[in-house]
Amino acid sequence: MGGSGSRLSKELLAEYQANPFKERICRVFSTSPAKDSLSFEDFLDLLSVFSDTATPDIKSHYAFRIFDFDDDGTLNREDLSRLVNCLTGEGEDTRLSASEMKQLIDNILEESDIDRDGTINLSEFQHVISRSPDFASSFKIVL
Amino acid sequence: MAQPLAFILDVPETPGDQGRDPSPYDESEVHDSFQQLIQEQSQCAAQEGLELQQREREVTGSSQQTLWRPEGTQSTATLRILASMPSRTIGRSRGAIISQYYNRTVQLRRRSSRPLLGNFVHSARPSLRLYDLELDPTAREEEEKQSLLVKELQSLAVAQRDHMLRGMPLSLAEKRSLREKSRTPRGKWRGQPGSGGVCSCCGRLRYACVLALHSLGLALLSALQALMPWRYALKRIGGQFGSSVLSYFLFLKTLLAFNALLLLLLVAFIMGPQVAFPPALPGPAPVCTGLELLTGAGCFTHTVMYYGHYSNATLNQPCGSPLDGSQCTPRVGGLPYNMPLAYLSTVGVSFFITCITLVYSMAHSFGESYRVGSTSGIHAITVFCSWDYKVTQKRASRLQQDNIRTRLKELLAEWQLRHSPRSVCGRLRQAAVLGLVWLLCLGTALACAVAVHVFSEFMIQSPEAVGQEAVLLVLPLVVGLLNLGAPYLCRVLAALEPHDSPVLEVYVAICRNLILKLAILGTLCYHWLGRRVGVLQGQCWEDFVGQELYRFLVMDFVLMLLDTLFGELVWRIISEKKLKRRRKPEFDIARNVLELIYGQTLTWLGVLFSPLLPAVQIIKLLLVFYVKKTSLLANCQAPRRPWLASHMSTVFLTLLCFPAFLGAAVFLCYAVWQVKPSSTCGPFRTLDTMYEAGRVWVRHLEAAGPRVSWLPWVHRYLVENTFFVFLVSALLLAVIYLNIQVVRGQRKVICLLKEQISNEGEDKIFLINKLHSIYERKEREERSRVGTTEEAAAPPALLTDEQDA
Repeated sequence: MGGSGSRLSKELLAEYQANPFKERICRVFSTSPAKDSLSFEDFLDLLSVFSDTATPDIKSHYAFRIFDFDDDGTLNREDLSRLVNCLTGEGEDTRLSASEMKQLIDNILEESDIDRDGTINLSEFQHVISRSPDFASSFKIVL
Repeated sequence: MAQPLAFILDVPETPGDQGRDPSPYDESEVHDSFQQLIQEQSQCAAQEGLELQQREREVTGSSQQTLWRPEGTQSTATLRILASMPSRTIGRSRGAIISQYYNRTVQLRRRSSRPLLGNFVHSARPSLRLYDLELDPTAREEEEKQSLLVKELQSLAVAQRDHMLRGMPLSLAEKRSLREKSRTPRGKWRGQPGSGGVCSCCGRLRYACVLALHSLGLALLSALQALMPWRYALKRIGGQFGSSVLSYFLFLKTLLAFNALLLLLLVAFIMGPQVAFPPALPGPAPVCTGLELLTGAGCFTHTVMYYGHYSNATLNQPCGSPLDGSQCTPRVGGLPYNMPLAYLSTVGVSFFITCITLVYSMAHSFGESYRVGSTSGIHAITVFCSWDYKVTQKRASRLQQDNIRTRLKELLAEWQLRHSPRSVCGRLRQAAVLGLVWLLCLGTALACAVAVHVFSEFMIQSPEAVGQEAVLLVLPLVVGLLNLGAPYLCRVLAALEPHDSPVLEVYVAICRNLILKLAILGTLCYHWLGRRVGVLQGQCWEDFVGQELYRFLVMDFVLMLLDTLFGELVWRIISEKKLKRRRKPEFDIARNVLELIYGQTLTWLGVLFSPLLPAVQIIKLLLVFYVKKTSLLANCQAPRRPWLASHMSTVFLTLLCFPAFLGAAVFLCYAVWQVKPSSTCGPFRTLDTMYEAGRVWVRHLEAAGPRVSWLPWVHRYLVENTFFVFLVSALLLAVIYLNIQVVRGQRKVICLLKEQISNEGEDKIFLINKLHSIYERKEREERSRVGTTEEAAAPPALLTDEQDA
């Protein structure tokens, strides 16, 4: 255990080939310099965060980091738009139109940006998540 | 350039000071660390020759300030400041996380809500001092913070420390190192060379024992998890279809648990003793043909399955007074068992326990699924929380993406509709169509109830031949077909309705289906307890009612099988081969759940008359699970409508508790208190009502002597007296009212806090804008200074020439 013995590259995570957030998950949990593979301990971290017994605090913290595509500590409009594209599918016919996307992001910011600075920081994100009882059961992987 | 200012607390002394623009060089009201920061930044900016870009002021609404512009066009220096704001660093840097948890540990220890201001003399905003501005994150600072955290953790109790560590969003290696560092020396007795040989031996032995127990506990836990039924099947269903379809199967498991509990009590206290002391049979047992499985009559009649078989005497009576006609056979132990009392109290107690369990699970599920303010913010919640990470198949993942896209489009359409309201004419038309459809559906329910009533009257009027037991199956078949067909009709009618909110549509469909089933069941209950009791005077009407319920249960199962076969398998084949559609039929969750609830209601209605009915229901539920699972995996796809799984489980449990269980309890109470039991069979054959058995026993106790006199007293003043019930209801109402007030107060506090946060946000934007103005002014001054020195450098030769000349 520990050390650089075996590493799991992101292509081998079979359970997550279908997950549109697989790149981000790999990046967030990886501790290698290139951030493209997971060691055994990283994999344990991943499973522990996605398990049943992780607190909602930890889950929301890691969910925030997964959704923060540019790693700047907040979710700005660009992050949100990339998130929505991941959710709806990347193809041309599956994306939302530009006006729909703008309206949707405006609504999201209206609902969750409490201090009105145009971005969603971690506390605001956790506040939104706390209002949804489904989050803990959907942010879960069953082994 | 600027003189370093002595720090002064940031409290404006006179209101007149508010209007002026502060600058770090002459204002005494600027925060010390900001001033330092601005100095550093201005030096850096001057050295690197950064150019501050021109910015335009955004003119927005009067009351709200905004940042100058979206961040992409702000200056690099300001961006650096923004990036190191505490609200942003907490989301991405380890040092900030460690600081935050250090504070939380301190608060936990001191149990105060704010850090003591006495410790933070040099800051007006203590929050800013706690996190250092990470302009230059060095490893040394992080280690310092880590050692502070370790020191705080050491002062906590072990359990609290573990809980704190478990809640930290750090990686496993870091948590492990923190735990190692914060373990106090006396906890370390692992492999330490002891001062004496004996001590270390004891310590090692104790350690080995603890380890062994721990691993045994873990093995038991994993064995228990492996024993949980259907774990792999449920995981497969969840992975392929998502949480909403999974909630149906979990509900099925819950129902199995309820029935198992019921059956356990009934077997232990009613069936067991009766099987041990069988009564004399009235005649030769009829021959078993295959029809019994469907009709429940025939050779099942005089068995423990039905009420009529149970004796009305005290079993295992000691041989003091031989009863007339019965033989006196002393048995083991000589413990008398009063059968009527046992029958009544077991059924009563099992219903009571079921009620408590149901209300508790409903309250628990409601507590998990309801949040204050969860109805607002639906866009954000949908985007952040709707991806189900359990889904692992590519096809299912694509379906989920389709569903989410549809949901988002529907939400946006709803929002548009709400913000561009229809005309009065349109709304009137919408209301008229809605009213018409509701009227039609209620009319359908009423028509079904009337049809059932007419048909049951017809069955009573036409005396069936003794040999034709199959005729008994006609009423259950008719009722089952009505239950199957009427919801389809209601769904067709609902297609005429205007679709405003798809979630509401689902709830309305459930409501209509439920009203239909309640109407039919109500008619049947009247038919059994009102009419059949009168018609079957002199015979065992309870047996008949028990058999009817058995028939209904079996027919419900048969029709469910046929519906699965035709509704799902055949429909899929038709749609694939003939209609050439790629879409498989959907799994209709609402209809299936209501069918389960209907079956459970029948079981609860029949427990009094047929104690073995829960066993039949358990077998039926097991078969339903496997049939539905196979059909689902082969023929269906996940529903397109979005289902909030947690809300749905709460709704299912509420529907199970309120109309279903309550109705069954009312039926039971009426049967026990008001109806005269038949005089030829059953444990209550000599009494006026079933409840009399309790009264008879209490009278026996009164006659028994003063030692048990408290029991009759309890019976007379607490159970028979209505005052006690009123008192308990009043207390319950008071508790509910208090809870409502508490929730209302919490909502108010949330509003106030939100206002406070948005005020803080405005503060932040104000400060950032002022920073911009300071930079800009400085830059302008720089440029103008550079410009004048250049001009001054060029003509000094002229001047000196002039002066010389």
